Amino acid sequence: MKPYLALFRARCRVLLQYRAAAVAGFGTQLLFGLVKMMVLEAFYTHARVEAPLTLAQAISYTWLAQAFFHLLPFSANPDPEVRDMIRTGHVAYEMTRPIDLHGLWWMRALASRTAPTLMRAVPMFLVAVPFLGLQAPASLPSALAFTVTILAAALLTSAFTTIITATLMWTVSGDGIARIMPSLVSVGAGLVVPLPLFPAWAQPILSALPFRGMADEPFRLYLGDLPPSAALPVLAKQLVWTAILVLIGRAIVASGRRRLVVQGG
Amino acid sequence: MPAIVVEDLRKAYRIAVRHKGAFAGLRSFLRPRWRTVDALAGVSFTLERGELVGYIGPNGAGKSTTVKLLSGILVPDGGRCEVLGHVPWKERVAYVRRIGVVFGQRTQLWWDLPARDSFDLLRDIYRVPPADYRRALDELVTTLDLAPLLDVPVRQLSLGQRMRCDLAAALVHAPDILFLDEPTIGLDAVSKLAVRRFIRRVNQERGLTVILTTHDMDDIESLCSRVLVLANGRLLSDGPLEALRAKVTHERWLIVDLADSAAELADPAAEVIRREGDRVTLRFDPAAVSTAELVGRVSARYPVRDLYVQNPPIEEIIARIYGDRGDEAGP
Amino acid sequence: MNGLRLYFRFAALSLRAQAQYRVSFALWSVAQFIGVGVEFLAVWVLLDRFGAIRGWNLPELSILFAIVNIAFAVAESFGRGFDMFPGVVKNGDFDRLLLRPRSTAFQVSCREFQFLRVGRLLLGVVLFAWGAAHSSVAFGAAKLALLAGAVAGGACVFYGLFILQATMSFWTIESLEIINALTYGGTETAQYPLSFYRPWFRRFFTFVVPLAFVSYIPAGVLLGRDTTPALPEAARWCSPLVGVVFLAITLLIWRFGERRYVSTGS
Repeated sequence: MKPYLALFRARCRVLLQYRAAAVAGFGTQLLFGLVKMMVLEAFYTHARVEAPLTLAQAISYTWLAQAFFHLLPFSANPDPEVRDMIRTGHVAYEMTRPIDLHGLWWMRALASRTAPTLMRAVPMFLVAVPFLGLQAPASLPSALAFTVTILAAALLTSAFTTIITATLMWTVSGDGIARIMPSLVSVGAGLVVPLPLFPAWAQPILSALPFRGMADEPFRLYLGDLPPSAALPVLAKQLVWTAILVLIGRAIVASGRRRLVVQGG
Repeated sequence: MPAIVVEDLRKAYRIAVRHKGAFAGLRSFLRPRWRTVDALAGVSFTLERGELVGYIGPNGAGKSTTVKLLSGILVPDGGRCEVLGHVPWKERVAYVRRIGVVFGQRTQLWWDLPARDSFDLLRDIYRVPPADYRRALDELVTTLDLAPLLDVPVRQLSLGQRMRCDLAAALVHAPDILFLDEPTIGLDAVSKLAVRRFIRRVNQERGLTVILTTHDMDDIESLCSRVLVLANGRLLSDGPLEALRAKVTHERWLIVDLADSAAELADPAAEVIRREGDRVTLRFDPAAVSTAELVGRVSARYPVRDLYVQNPPIEEIIARIYGDRGDEAGP
Repeated sequence: MNGLRLYFRFAALSLRAQAQYRVSFALWSVAQFIGVGVEFLAVWVLLDRFGAIRGWNLPELSILFAIVNIAFAVAESFGRGFDMFPGVVKNGDFDRLLLRPRSTAFQVSCREFQFLRVGRLLLGVVLFAWGAAHSSVAFGAAKLALLAGAVAGGACVFYGLFILQATMSFWTIESLEIINALTYGGTETAQYPLSFYRPWFRRFFTFVVPLAFVSYIPAGVLLGRDTTPALPEAARWCSPLVGVVFLAITLLIWRFGERRYVSTGS
């Protein structure tokens, strides 16, 4: 356990240096959030239809999505260093070390999700809560439910991006499915439009996918749309999916290793 | 009418000084502090058409600043400058058409394209009439032996080959003045000779005015009849090479790496100017003792692991010009 | 060789070089198509739940969305030189551009092109075709001209933003990503009717970054709706010209930046 924690902390430390980039990205995020917020406002105020989320909730959801944007895999190349390692063949050195390759990449992915998110979520909360309509959590239990599930979401998402990174052992050019995934994941997690606003017939499909647990369900716990008691089933689903994705990831890494070894790379 | 007139040219750079301590980045951004560096503190000289002039000086002397000012890509703080009747920075587009510039360390060719394509593109950029272009290119290809290189992508060329192509590229539009900034740096001996031969040729046959900035004294010796020496933003010397040559040929340095760092090294014909661990630097006059003789003597008497001979560096020459012996300034 | 021919010569060279990457090209385009398509999905979802919004139905929103994204795709493809400009200053290659007898902005524009990402363009075309087919708009010659103008004007505005971003390099080594927010954020904004937004937001994207003139207002004319009572009908037909003016202004700012570079010696 220890080496993994150490890896995680080390990587976080590196990433926390990218403060300038964080500031820059913050501006972009703010703008996107404003646009989405106003679009929602326009739709809500001019339609006389009941919606599963109130306008206030939908707006809060949107800001949560902006705050935790970096938690999601929005890049086809989640870990450029690993990708370069694979490309140049350096990964062979990694493979000779007595460390679990999948575990290593997973910790890196976890750090890559956590550190930048913290750097952006905090300022986003500081700005959005007083000025932009991000509500406080619905209740203390809701806040706790949110905290637990968002942490699990980080594990889940990083397990997912580790799969994407691992597939680079097969398509080193970085092209392929990896490019298409981010958009689909964004939709499935609720980053494009709050998922409860999707049509009723789409809801079961969305729930069957793992992406809901990456953002949507924690957000809804925060808002109280899901009662705090729903935290356990949500968490269970997140962890089950995490386990599945980890197993898939390990399988891909293992067969990728064999492939590289055979190639002599 | 002289080709280049420079009068009391001055240029200072403002360099931002970073704050230290807490919030250094933020403070540097909000209240920037500046430090002024005088790159050129009043330089004056005149060049006639057809001269081939060497421009030397230590790093930071202001050589590239001068070249930038003369080529119109930098504006001075004071002084006057006129090249071919133009004030370079005032009429950039009209002026740069008449000059060619080669940077030794940066190619102007398109990296992924064959050399020939680069030449064609430059023809279009400079609006060279097709007939003139064909003639110029044929001549350049012949003189620089570029025929086998024309269809090779530039990134696949060796340094020497690339430099020859860069020289051609700078002359495709038949400029009147050629600025060369360290054209032989990093080149192998054969390429250096080829480059020097070419420069001499275009200067003599076409009357092309050439300003050559270099650290390589062999470049100067083989090409320049006149040398300008720059240091700390001022011209220390402007005159025929013979004057400079006297300093150079009367001194050579012998650097010896001893196998035994405790050994003392001394020779009647040479003067030890520096000692660093097992490396000894000796100064000698090759007119007084031949290099071969000195090397033979030192090797026979002392435990020599390696040795080599070099011309004193330019810093040394410059220090000598004003009489300070600069003993402490080693290689 | 005159400037325009030279420009297309460079573009053709770049296209030829990029055309070799066929697999990359296809995958990139598909990925981008889906990426942008997902944003339109948001429109569809919201419309499905709330019905028509402020009188805009799906085909009409589709047309507006298409115009903005086609314009941005064009700007992205041709403005890549400015996008990559910070690197040029950093490694000193800008000096070489100053040594050539052409405008530096022109040379920068010729340096790079990005033709591999046609996904956004394709999506725009598809959405426009669908929207046009399902709306009640009759596209005569005049309207088609305005449409082309809106796309061109929009491309000018986005191109101008790329130039603005590149101009920052004359002052600072750090690239001000904030302008990135304006290009991508601007696209995001303009692809919805401007009437959705709060007044201060609307004013920013009308008078500071004039996206309104190359998306919302011409779209209003095309769709036969009175989007801007303050502006007479005839002026609305000419609204894309504002994009050209914006581009010209950014070029002036570029010249100013270049002057600074030349005086301070980077």
